[in-house]
Amino acid sequence: MNETAATVTAGSKGKAEAPVRQKADEPHFIRIEGVTKRFGTFTAVSDVNLEIRKGEIFSLLGGSGCGKTTLLRMLAGFEEPTKGRIYIDGQDMTDLPAYERPVNMMFQSYALFPHMTVEKNVAYGLKHEKMTAAGRQDRVREMLALVQLTEFSHRKPHQISGGQRQRVALARALARQPKLLLLDEPLAALDKKLREHTQFELMDIQDKTGTTFIVVTHDQEEAMTLSSRLAVMDKGQIRQIGTATDVYEYPNSKFVAGFIGSINLFDARVTSVGAETAKVEVPELGGEIEARAIDGLEAGQGISMAVRPEKIVLSRQKPKSGNAVAGVVRDLAYFGKDSLYRVATGTGRVISVSSVNARRVGEAERVADWEDEVWFSFDPSAAILLKE
Amino acid sequence: MSPSHHDTPLERWFHRRGWIRITIGTPYLWLIFFFLLPFIIVLAMSFATRTPTAPPFSFGGENPVLNFAHYQRLFSDDLYIRAYLTSVANAAFATFLCLLIGYPMALGLTRVSRSWRNVLLMLVILPFWTSFLLRVYAWMGLMGSNSWFNKLLTSIYNGIVPADWALRYIPMMNTNFAVILVTVYSYLPFMILPLYANLEKLDFSLNEAAMDLGSRPFRVFRDVTLPLSVPGIIAGSMLVFIPASGELIIPSLVGSSSRPMIGRVIADEFTSARSWPMASAVAIALLVLLVVPLMIYTYYDAKSYEKQREEA
Repeated sequence: MNETAATVTAGSKGKAEAPVRQKADEPHFIRIEGVTKRFGTFTAVSDVNLEIRKGEIFSLLGGSGCGKTTLLRMLAGFEEPTKGRIYIDGQDMTDLPAYERPVNMMFQSYALFPHMTVEKNVAYGLKHEKMTAAGRQDRVREMLALVQLTEFSHRKPHQISGGQRQRVALARALARQPKLLLLDEPLAALDKKLREHTQFELMDIQDKTGTTFIVVTHDQEEAMTLSSRLAVMDKGQIRQIGTATDVYEYPNSKFVAGFIGSINLFDARVTSVGAETAKVEVPELGGEIEARAIDGLEAGQGISMAVRPEKIVLSRQKPKSGNAVAGVVRDLAYFGKDSLYRVATGTGRVISVSSVNARRVGEAERVADWEDEVWFSFDPSAAILLKE
Repeated sequence: MSPSHHDTPLERWFHRRGWIRITIGTPYLWLIFFFLLPFIIVLAMSFATRTPTAPPFSFGGENPVLNFAHYQRLFSDDLYIRAYLTSVANAAFATFLCLLIGYPMALGLTRVSRSWRNVLLMLVILPFWTSFLLRVYAWMGLMGSNSWFNKLLTSIYNGIVPADWALRYIPMMNTNFAVILVTVYSYLPFMILPLYANLEKLDFSLNEAAMDLGSRPFRVFRDVTLPLSVPGIIAGSMLVFIPASGELIIPSLVGSSSRPMIGRVIADEFTSARSWPMASAVAIALLVLLVVPLMIYTYYDAKSYEKQREEA
């Protein structure tokens, strides 16, 4: 029994590794056009437009109640849009029921059938495919090998661990070779260690199968590492779409800047506009700050200025270049790989500064300690100007 | 149990005074006094001999201490066998109908909104607020040959069939049909409630998962909802089948006297025939007939559960 299982594993693994990869160049593989969903008077999703490429891992990121799950359920066919249309691979899916869509979903709770073995769970979706019994069996074996569960095929879901259940759910959803795989908070139920491991496994499997993934998550780290692109959602609307770098380094609004990572945000007024940079007056920092210019700035305009904590440098002496402000260290938290300083400016505003502990030093040799007078500075390119 | 397990003063007090034993013991005492003792009395009585004394039975003396005559009569007189068969057949058919009617109702209850669900559940339970006997009498009134209900059905029937098949009324009272009809009506809530409790706990995302994997709604029901509701089906069926097979009032009031059910046989033996030992023997036989299959089922169910646990 063991011997045959081993050879089967080896054989189907070879098959799974065969290149099924598709180039991520088809621009409009999935098209969501003006989709709105209302429940009674509540608007869960409001006029969303989105285009997703073939073979992409795309994340919908947002807090609870932002409409990301409703959007996912509309893609799966569990909810009908109040307005708008959904196309997958050029086909209009809007009026198709869930069981006729080339889409499969991995549920947050995994939703494994408790009365069926792992094998039967994975095979369930194949009942409706036009396949021979042998073909079906091969596919199930291939899927179980892909998620490394071959030896658990005769267990029931309650007889395996949470991480294994997650992989069964993935294998079941991929067995029908859907054009689009939806993942609802795929890692939320796993503990931290397992989550990191599974994250890379997911990316690996996506790479092997070439399936387009749409992931719903509230975890920004998860979204940033997993996805090729992501959309930040709030109150049923998409606030920004882009790569992780786009969204983190070039947020288009205060909401996105605050939602992804942490940020120091200030009210400011534009004083002069140059070619590359603009000067803004920031009362809370007690002076003028030079920041990277954005389109459509006018002198005298009210605006917001934001800087991420890790882009600020602390020093004892006043630095020669960049925007420098004097302050006093109010608080200090040591995390091992980095430290977080809370520095109060002359106006009383407290800002966060994060610094990587690149050198191995004792407490006495730290850059700054409680109640030390320091300078903090940041490059003009690190200062983000935000109009909304 | 070490005292270090009981941390709060209340817990310590509870254990020191032995309250835990009383709490656990009370239901056992109840079962001993109100089930086990009467059962032993009935069992003993079934081996006694009928005498014209009060109470009308005795052991020993000129009679044998253990008298098996009543058990022998159970098999020799076909009245008893026919009564058992009628009871089991009627109860089984009524259970089946309850399941057929109750399942969609229970499933429907889990699918409507919260506020509707409470109203509908209330409607299921509401009949319990009037006397059972009264409800059976109400059915007698409805089924009687001169009732508006019977007249209505008769006129519909006469409107459909050829003229020479016409009836003055539809004979419903004192038939087996009436027994099953009233049994189904009376026991339906006992089917709906356990089924509802079971179906309500099922994770709806399982249905969505099956649909997502290509199953149409009926397949989803057959592959997911139905197999997962088997415990509810069994619980509901037991709750209907067991009391229905021993039912006394319904067959006595609306049933046919030529096809008695076992409950009525027991009552007749106790009262008009004044043969307490015979009545006891019939009752014990009924118990064995109903409880033994149940015990076998429970045994195998527990065993398969343990086997699953071991594998895990």
